Amino acid sequence: MNRLPRIRADWLLALGLLLLCSISLLAALSASGGDMAQLQAQGNRWLIAVLVMVAVAQLPPTLLLRWSPYLYLAGLLLLIAVAVVGDVGKGAQRWLQVGPIRFQPSELMKLAVPMTIAWYFAERQLPPRLHELLVATLMILLPAGLIFRQPDLGTALLVSASGFIVIFLAGIRWRWIISTAVLAAAAAPLAWQRLHDYQRQRVLTFLSPESDPLGTGYHIIQSNIAIGSGGLFGKGFLNGTQSQLEFLPESATDFIFAVLAEEYGFIGILLLLATYSIIVSRSFFISATAQSTYGRLLCGSLTLTFVIYILVNIGMVSGLLPVVGVPLPLISYGGTSMMTLMIGFGLLMSIQSHRQMFYGESQ
Amino acid sequence: MSGVRHWLVVAMAVTAATILLWRAVQLQIIENYFLQDQGAARHVRDVTINAHRGMLLDRRGEVLAVSTPVDSVWVNPSEFSPNAAELQQLAGLLGLNSAALDRTLDARSQRKFLYLKRGVSPELGAQVKGMGLDGLYLEREYRRYYPAGESAGQVLGFTDVDDVGREGLELLFEQRLAGSPGAKRMIRDLQGRWVENVESIRVPHPGETLTLSLDKQLQYLAYRELKRAVTEHQASAATAVLLDGRSGEVLAMVNLPVLNPNNSSERRGSALRNRAVTDLFEPGSTMKPFTVAAALDQGLYRVDDIIETSPGWTRIGRYTIRDVHDYGRLTVAGVVQKSSNVGTTQIGLALKREVLWSYLDNLGFGMNTQSGFPGEGEGLLQPAGAWGPVEQATISYGYGLSATALQLARAYSVFATGGSLPEISFEPRPQWQAERAWHPVFPAKVTREVAAMLELVVGQEGTAKRAQVPGYRVLGKTGTVHKSEEGGYSADRYLSLFVGLAPASAPRLVLAVVVDEPKKDGHYGGAVAAPVFSRVMGGALRLMNIPPDRPETFRALNSLQGDSA
Repeated sequence: MNRLPRIRADWLLALGLLLLCSISLLAALSASGGDMAQLQAQGNRWLIAVLVMVAVAQLPPTLLLRWSPYLYLAGLLLLIAVAVVGDVGKGAQRWLQVGPIRFQPSELMKLAVPMTIAWYFAERQLPPRLHELLVATLMILLPAGLIFRQPDLGTALLVSASGFIVIFLAGIRWRWIISTAVLAAAAAPLAWQRLHDYQRQRVLTFLSPESDPLGTGYHIIQSNIAIGSGGLFGKGFLNGTQSQLEFLPESATDFIFAVLAEEYGFIGILLLLATYSIIVSRSFFISATAQSTYGRLLCGSLTLTFVIYILVNIGMVSGLLPVVGVPLPLISYGGTSMMTLMIGFGLLMSIQSHRQMFYGESQ
Repeated sequence: MSGVRHWLVVAMAVTAATILLWRAVQLQIIENYFLQDQGAARHVRDVTINAHRGMLLDRRGEVLAVSTPVDSVWVNPSEFSPNAAELQQLAGLLGLNSAALDRTLDARSQRKFLYLKRGVSPELGAQVKGMGLDGLYLEREYRRYYPAGESAGQVLGFTDVDDVGREGLELLFEQRLAGSPGAKRMIRDLQGRWVENVESIRVPHPGETLTLSLDKQLQYLAYRELKRAVTEHQASAATAVLLDGRSGEVLAMVNLPVLNPNNSSERRGSALRNRAVTDLFEPGSTMKPFTVAAALDQGLYRVDDIIETSPGWTRIGRYTIRDVHDYGRLTVAGVVQKSSNVGTTQIGLALKREVLWSYLDNLGFGMNTQSGFPGEGEGLLQPAGAWGPVEQATISYGYGLSATALQLARAYSVFATGGSLPEISFEPRPQWQAERAWHPVFPAKVTREVAAMLELVVGQEGTAKRAQVPGYRVLGKTGTVHKSEEGGYSADRYLSLFVGLAPASAPRLVLAVVVDEPKKDGHYGGAVAAPVFSRVMGGALRLMNIPPDRPETFRALNSLQGDSA
């Protein structure tokens, strides 16, 4: 009976992603003022991303484990290449042009770093010892530092986070966590000095957006107004005045949450968060029931990173967190970010769908 | 990975979700109303749509006043930050001093609205807008143009920079001309573009186009002739009022000095005044026909009763009343023809003072004409109880009371209506409607008799031969008034008057001409005002297509006037 090759996927996760895809397409229309071309573009991105995700899901976890360090090395080289010859876009050197393809190596590192740290701990005894922790930390900070220099504070933090989550999940001792936190707090003023002016400005603006309503506080004030004016049921499709009239900056990318909030109201936001909850819950389940250390650590990191994306973006748009360039996962425009996330879900599906049922049989 | 750690991670995710949800509740449900208003305040504007002001047309449909679209250039100083070169170019286009403009912008930098220049041509407006400066806007406005220029200056009045009537007929008919501005709610995006017509709150209603009783050609004719007289006699001012005596319609109303109403910077003091309705003067001899008509109506005199005026003067109490010559024995008609003060005094004193007062009151003296014209004077007519014999005597020949040129012209309309006073109107109206407003003063028989006397005035033996009009019989009365000054009457400052009607066979047009302080080539009404009357009335009769009632004199008078010219 099993002649046809089985397509390996996780259908519950796929259902959550399908729901999110619908919201994403609606958001694409809303943010572009009903432009069908934008809907088409977003649809195309989803199509490609889903195909890649399914392809990744077919790869066996053992293969992923073996490839992890090479992927990491390749990403590191590309980051160095960007630092030397990369394109400058919006004041930052992030892009690499290879023939017709233009991409951000930092996106690759969002996957490569957790994969590699997971690979590093996969064959070792847990909880890790101190020197192993130091090696892992170095493996995280090296790419994170290169990304920070581009400068891209948001991605650098996210890449670091994805790595440190693996360390945390690997079972680091609590006293080390606490001492690191103290050390980080002490180093904060030093880091403040290393920040670019615009990055500092963003933090200051976050602390007091009304101090500069026409300048940097503008984004936050406008997006708060957009969200707030949506009310319980929203203003309706394409009726969001703040967003349709271009008062809302970056409405199609980082601030797309405000567009949705204005047009679909609190009910719409609840639906969006519910959809995210389906995906996140399922991902947690996959990571908790993963059979290998590698799978458990990688899936846990990918899931938590996804949660952090949501938290940081919505927190930023609703004025809880400073403005850092983090898109709303799978909703904002942007092919690269979507591709990275969907490959991540491909990895999750691969881990889940390659589980061996032997222990069920043995009992 | 321990179980504790796993659940810790899940707990963090749940906490994060809870915070986000709480934030959404806070923004969308708790602060919702505040933030909705904030949203509206940033991009919803109610914008006034200026209504197009109605045109003023003359009785033939010629345009007397028209509002043409212009653009007003304004900036929002907080958005407006041109560089030096742009500022220079802008100032150049608008004809402003760039240094002064820079200072103004600095001083108003906190404002949201500043007019740079109002009322530029739409072409220039487009050019300025084409510079693509942020924070610079155009506002569509209307500016009034007066094609008749100086000739209809004061009677039409003018509008202010907001195109609101401020003087003259523009003010009188403001309500009807202005229309009502509309309003629309618009939504503006960040680039300042008007994106959406959210709703029309009010549709603008353009003002009414009004047809006036004025005639642009007559207006010009009167203006030209007045100007000529003022120049010739070096007069300080002059006024002409032309009425259709039967309907009370004002056909022309001209004053000098006057300035171009299209040039707002010239709007100053004395040149603004529509003297025909605002300025009061003692009508002098032009009142004599009314005294005579009153006496005829009362049956105290008949047309051919003889009155002794020798020796050319008479005493009333301490006052001596004089004639220019000793006219000897005159008929009543002769008194009018020769304009004898002594004779008129006798006739006037024969009337009870209350009776004379009542005739003058019925003729509209001492109250304004109800024309509604802004700033119209009432004139002075003391109550009869205050009159002594001296007052009664002087009033009977036109001193001791005052009137406007419009009042005087209207009083003369009784010779066109068969004894009734018409209502003044600046709009044409059907004859039946005008006649309903007639106010009877004299029986038609009396006005016919006095009209015949007035025809003698312009005859060979009268005081105003130069008022004759070729081809037509005219009637009228001269007046040469000593201007009153502090402590009495001036010996050498005169007002030269002529009021008359034509054609005498069926009087219709009434023309009053007032020339103030002629200093050269005579000062008598017959010498200064009468020729103006002749030329304006002659033109008016022809333009109004009134058939000549004395065609045989065309040639004779033409040659006569040719000689005198």
